[in-house]
Amino acid sequence: MKRKFITFGRIIRTGMVNFVRGLWLALAAMAIMIITLTIILFSVIVNATFGHTVDQIASQVDVSVFLKDEVSDAQAKQFVADIKKQSIVKKVEYLNKQQAQANFIKQNGGNQSLQTAVIETGNPIPATVHVYPTDLNEINNIKNFLTKPQYQKLQTPDSPSYKGDRKKAIDNITHATNILRRAGVAAVIIFAFISVLIIFNTIQMAIFNRRDELQIMRLLGASTWFIRGPFVVESIIYGLLSAVASILIINALFVTASSSLQATSFGLLDISYSQNFFEDHYWILLAIQLTLGILIGAISSIIAIRRYLKFKTSKK
Amino acid sequence: MILLDRVTKTYNKNLGPALDRVSLHVEPKEFVIVVGQSGAGKSTLLKLLTREERPSSGKIIIGGIDYDKLRDRDIPILRRKIGVVFQDFKLLPNRTVFENVAFALEIVGASRKEIENTVPKVLDIVNLKDKQARMPQELSGGERQRVAIARAIVRQPKILIADEPTGNLDPKHAWDVINVLEKINRYGTTVLLTTHNQDIVNKLKRRVVTIDHGRVASDKAHSSYTAAMKSTQKPAEK
Repeated sequence: MKRKFITFGRIIRTGMVNFVRGLWLALAAMAIMIITLTIILFSVIVNATFGHTVDQIASQVDVSVFLKDEVSDAQAKQFVADIKKQSIVKKVEYLNKQQAQANFIKQNGGNQSLQTAVIETGNPIPATVHVYPTDLNEINNIKNFLTKPQYQKLQTPDSPSYKGDRKKAIDNITHATNILRRAGVAAVIIFAFISVLIIFNTIQMAIFNRRDELQIMRLLGASTWFIRGPFVVESIIYGLLSAVASILIINALFVTASSSLQATSFGLLDISYSQNFFEDHYWILLAIQLTLGILIGAISSIIAIRRYLKFKTSKK
Repeated sequence: MILLDRVTKTYNKNLGPALDRVSLHVEPKEFVIVVGQSGAGKSTLLKLLTREERPSSGKIIIGGIDYDKLRDRDIPILRRKIGVVFQDFKLLPNRTVFENVAFALEIVGASRKEIENTVPKVLDIVNLKDKQARMPQELSGGERQRVAIARAIVRQPKILIADEPTGNLDPKHAWDVINVLEKINRYGTTVLLTTHNQDIVNKLKRRVVTIDHGRVASDKAHSSYTAAMKSTQKPAEK
């Protein structure tokens, strides 16, 4: 037990000594790791910001139901209650004729003649139900529910509103948001994969330079972990330092330089949301980066060194 | 201590076996010299003993360990029990003499105190106590070989295998190395030495095993080089 403890301490110390002695190679490996981790972190934040933008667009999309004038208050309430029971429905807003009229006037506040027309014709605006889906992809199911015969008979002929131009607009938004979400996730995965390959190569180069040393250690009876451990420790140090560096870079980008970023237009990207997201999730992001750094370093070095530690198993 | 039973090793079927049904039995505390021309199979024999290679057929048992039953993760443990001295020294280039010898002890998890006690004593045996802090490249060939011997014996192995340890040395340094091996043998370690050096074989007057074309051509106690090589198909030119 005591010997194991001594060996463990020795592995850690050797790893740290190797890190200091091989500082140039360490810098090369770390430069790549820092770029990788920064890109990953940046992608995560951009992805979150995209998601936020998409959510905002999605939350404004609803299916509107217009009720016939002869539908009683009780019938309307029953209908609304039925809609609310559906799990795919996030929110339901019911406006009776008066509320609908008030709403219409408010929305068209600038147009005096339209307002007068609506009031003078004795309120032609129907009672309206706004149905918001939990997910844009559920819009069709909501429409199917609303067009069941027992519900359809309560509605005006042009209800529900998920038809024609409006249907097309909603479908386009749904399609675009789905693509954006997937592209974001794909970008993160691709960047992570490429960088693991590069880091793996860098570490393998370092190990290749010292393959004679590894062979000597093997011949002297060093165990696998005794040889591999210091390399893994060294790579983990790269990972830890790179994680901290990447957080600092992103910090500089979003916090220190946020004012100049906000001045430029990024279209779909809401920079202030990115900044808030980064600040709100600071510790969890740091933890993720540290974990990623440790994992990338440890796994790359374990795979890279494997080849040099194998025993001859064939009898030929 | 060392038992080989009809051990055959074939690297390439077209070239024939490097070792052909070799049987050898070495008693504890024995000093055995293995001679043979280049390519006779001496190095293959030693590589089989350190489990760098596996035999194509036959049985090897060293210190009670049956190589057929040896799992990969037990190979390091086996190697810790055998001291090996290589012809090309195989010292770690970035470490001092002291650190090179200490490394063998670090592998087995020795404490710093143990290391600081043992290493200078062993370096004293090989007459290198005053060169502890040197790097390997600052030493002569003979000195490097003695560092390698110190590293091989610091764990007090029961068996010491020396593969042409004098191959790269001038006669004076060669004898320094051989004297150390004899000293270790007197302390009770089984020594297996391969060499090309006639002078050493003749003066040591120990058991000599001759390998020729992968076979044991002769195995004689207290033999001389000429007598041993007589049994080979083509006499050595030296």
